[in-house]
Amino acid sequence: MNKNNNKRLRGILLGAGFVALAAFLFTGCPSEQRMLDSGDAAQKVYVAPGDHDEFYGFFSGGYSGQLSVWGLPSARMLKVIPVFSQDPETAYGYSEETKPLFNTSYGFIPWDDSHHPHISQTDGNADGRWIFINANNTPRIARIDLETFQTKEILELPNTGGNHASSYVTSNTEYVIGATRFSIPYEKDLDVPIDSYSDEFRGSLSFIEVDQETGMMEVDFQIVVPPYNYDLGRAGKGISSDWVFFTTYNTEEAHTMLEVNASRNDKDFIAAVNWKKAAELVRDGHGKTMDAEYYHNHYNGKKQGYAVSEVKNEVTVLDTREIDENFIYYLPTPKSPHGVDVDPTGEYIVGGGKLATVIPVHSFSNMLEAIENDDIDDYIDGIPVLNYDATIAGEVENPGLGPLHTEFDGKGYAYTSVYISSEIVKWSLETFEVVDRIDSYYSIGHLMITGGDTVDPDAQYMVGLTKTAKDRYLPTGPKQNHPAQLYDISGDKMELLLDFPTIGEPHYAQSIKADKIVDQIAKIYEMEENDHPDALLRMTENRVERRGNDVHIYMGATRSHFRPDNIEGVKLGDDVYVHLTNMEQEWDVVHGIAIKGSQSTELLVPPGQTKTIKWTPTRTGIYPFYCTAFCSALHQEMQGYIRVSGPDSNVELTWSTNE
Amino acid sequence: MKPLLTIFFALALTFSACSGGDSQQETQEEETQEQGLSDFELEHGIGPITARLDISDDIDDDLRVRGQEIFEMKCEMCHNMEGRMVGPALGDVADRRSPEYIMNMILNPGGMAKNHPEGEKLVQEYMSVMPFQNVSEEDARALVEYLRDYNMNN
Repeated sequence: MNKNNNKRLRGILLGAGFVALAAFLFTGCPSEQRMLDSGDAAQKVYVAPGDHDEFYGFFSGGYSGQLSVWGLPSARMLKVIPVFSQDPETAYGYSEETKPLFNTSYGFIPWDDSHHPHISQTDGNADGRWIFINANNTPRIARIDLETFQTKEILELPNTGGNHASSYVTSNTEYVIGATRFSIPYEKDLDVPIDSYSDEFRGSLSFIEVDQETGMMEVDFQIVVPPYNYDLGRAGKGISSDWVFFTTYNTEEAHTMLEVNASRNDKDFIAAVNWKKAAELVRDGHGKTMDAEYYHNHYNGKKQGYAVSEVKNEVTVLDTREIDENFIYYLPTPKSPHGVDVDPTGEYIVGGGKLATVIPVHSFSNMLEAIENDDIDDYIDGIPVLNYDATIAGEVENPGLGPLHTEFDGKGYAYTSVYISSEIVKWSLETFEVVDRIDSYYSIGHLMITGGDTVDPDAQYMVGLTKTAKDRYLPTGPKQNHPAQLYDISGDKMELLLDFPTIGEPHYAQSIKADKIVDQIAKIYEMEENDHPDALLRMTENRVERRGNDVHIYMGATRSHFRPDNIEGVKLGDDVYVHLTNMEQEWDVVHGIAIKGSQSTELLVPPGQTKTIKWTPTRTGIYPFYCTAFCSALHQEMQGYIRVSGPDSNVELTWSTNE
Repeated sequence: MKPLLTIFFALALTFSACSGGDSQQETQEEETQEQGLSDFELEHGIGPITARLDISDDIDDDLRVRGQEIFEMKCEMCHNMEGRMVGPALGDVADRRSPEYIMNMILNPGGMAKNHPEGEKLVQEYMSVMPFQNVSEEDARALVEYLRDYNMNN
């Protein structure tokens, strides 16, 4: 029945074209729900109180800008890690330590659209050192360390408009890749007519080198490519580890109404880049240096401290038009491909054509052979376009409408999310035939298999990240949170286990077996390793210092008091910096501080950490402050006062506790 | 909590009573058994220190300096030497408690609060449980040296 159904749908697609597609999008609805008997499903996702989940799942926050952490299979939310958006709960982006992380060449940008998390890898396997995630809007990549689950670094990308094909890592985290979704004029601040698109606009593919010791990122080089839209990317693995792949659409070079104007060509491309060769060309001096302006923000302390912003002024680019040697090839791929995914062996490169009626599967060995045999149809700006039939290993027929993303179970099967017909199809990497399909609710984008996108997936669970919740939960007004759906893929048939709401709009997700990282996770910030320049490391050093119009309060917090808790001598016109150190060393015992009338946020300080907030009083008077975290039986007693006097007052600066 | 409280009051009475008679000795042994604590634990605390340490009467100066560093970083927020703060004054603690007891209190404050009559008493009095401050056994020993030195010289 499904097969017939799909044949019919394919007929509609071919016959009536895109308008019918759009109509289907709004009217089409999955027909039946296949799930395990609900008792069995409940048992499979049940993690008893106090027991731990088997996997950490990291879900992008989409337009929330953050990264959320989930226990799987229970789907309990463990944490939201703030990355590209300010977070009043933790003072991220409000505290003086973290504000510099938001600096860009466009100024302080306190929001972004976070898309694709990727865990660092060693030998093609997730190693749990770091997790990277991209900002799509103002192009950036962040690095979060998986010891403290804290964002440590944010790097802006030059020559990029929409950093969508990001932040995938190569097999040993040599590089994190990025690419421009929108081609733009790549000379800095070039002011040209938009209809000069084909002449003045270019695309760029970014290669960000990762320091293996510190994790610190650096833009090593960019490749300047024809002015298409570069959509998604993946690094090769195993035999294809030296390569990365990017999808393109808009080979029509349209700059208006892309919905129609970028859907004309029968085939767009997957760009296959030999990164090792490109890096060699750069080392051998084939790159050229361009003016650029982009920010590199990172913590300067090994453990703690203030983030700093460095401004970079140039970038090295390889222009395919100017280099004789080939290091990038186009693989024709039908039709407006979105996802590009590489199977665990590194042999198959799977395109997901938003408008394609088949799933095209390229073979890496065929590709090498085509290069060897000069099986080249065309050159575009120096880039060889390989022959489609020469590289293709197979086409999956009847995959449903709008195949987008593919993950693999390592047992010979691939799973592709299909957006328009709201389903996931499972197909064989041997026969390229669909073997199972299951409905998703509703309009699935990305999907993720536990341990997916590694050479060794844990083929137990699959998560579908769908775009609309509609009737799946109790309604919450016109807007529902986006759902995720958990499937059991351990058997022949995919089985739905659970629905759960997420934060923002998750695009991609990644997961790692909990026991791979659980022992490395910090329980406290060790006070003896606190290298924050404004840390209070001796109780006796609690104090207040005036430096011109800046007043610095060095304050300690422990159950259940602040030191100092009475401060006088602050004047209107002063900027007050509160440096709060949590003097405790017990796991999960946090203290906070909120000051009446502060225009910023609270501070929430984990054990052994120091955080700083700037406050500019606007009136004279007595300002109470209190601990925002319920820390002990005497939590309500954890409070104090700051007296703010007039600008000409001669109240002396004093501080005290228990006097 | 109630049975614990009863035990605690019984024990408090036992300890505050003057030394002597067989009947009192018996009561103490009975309570000790109920609490499940050995004589060593009653006197020297519950924790990783399970035997008397060989501690010289002289102060080891290196240890004392290290102890003071740790004290200022991890203890002084809540303890004064003279006078009650969040926790009890510690100027005379080396007089009141054995080195082993002090170390067990530092290294296992949660366990002491829960399972030791003196720990329970402290919770009743100060209304908060002393946190474990991530102090190693070596550093707890150094803290003892600092507290002993302070006790001798002040």
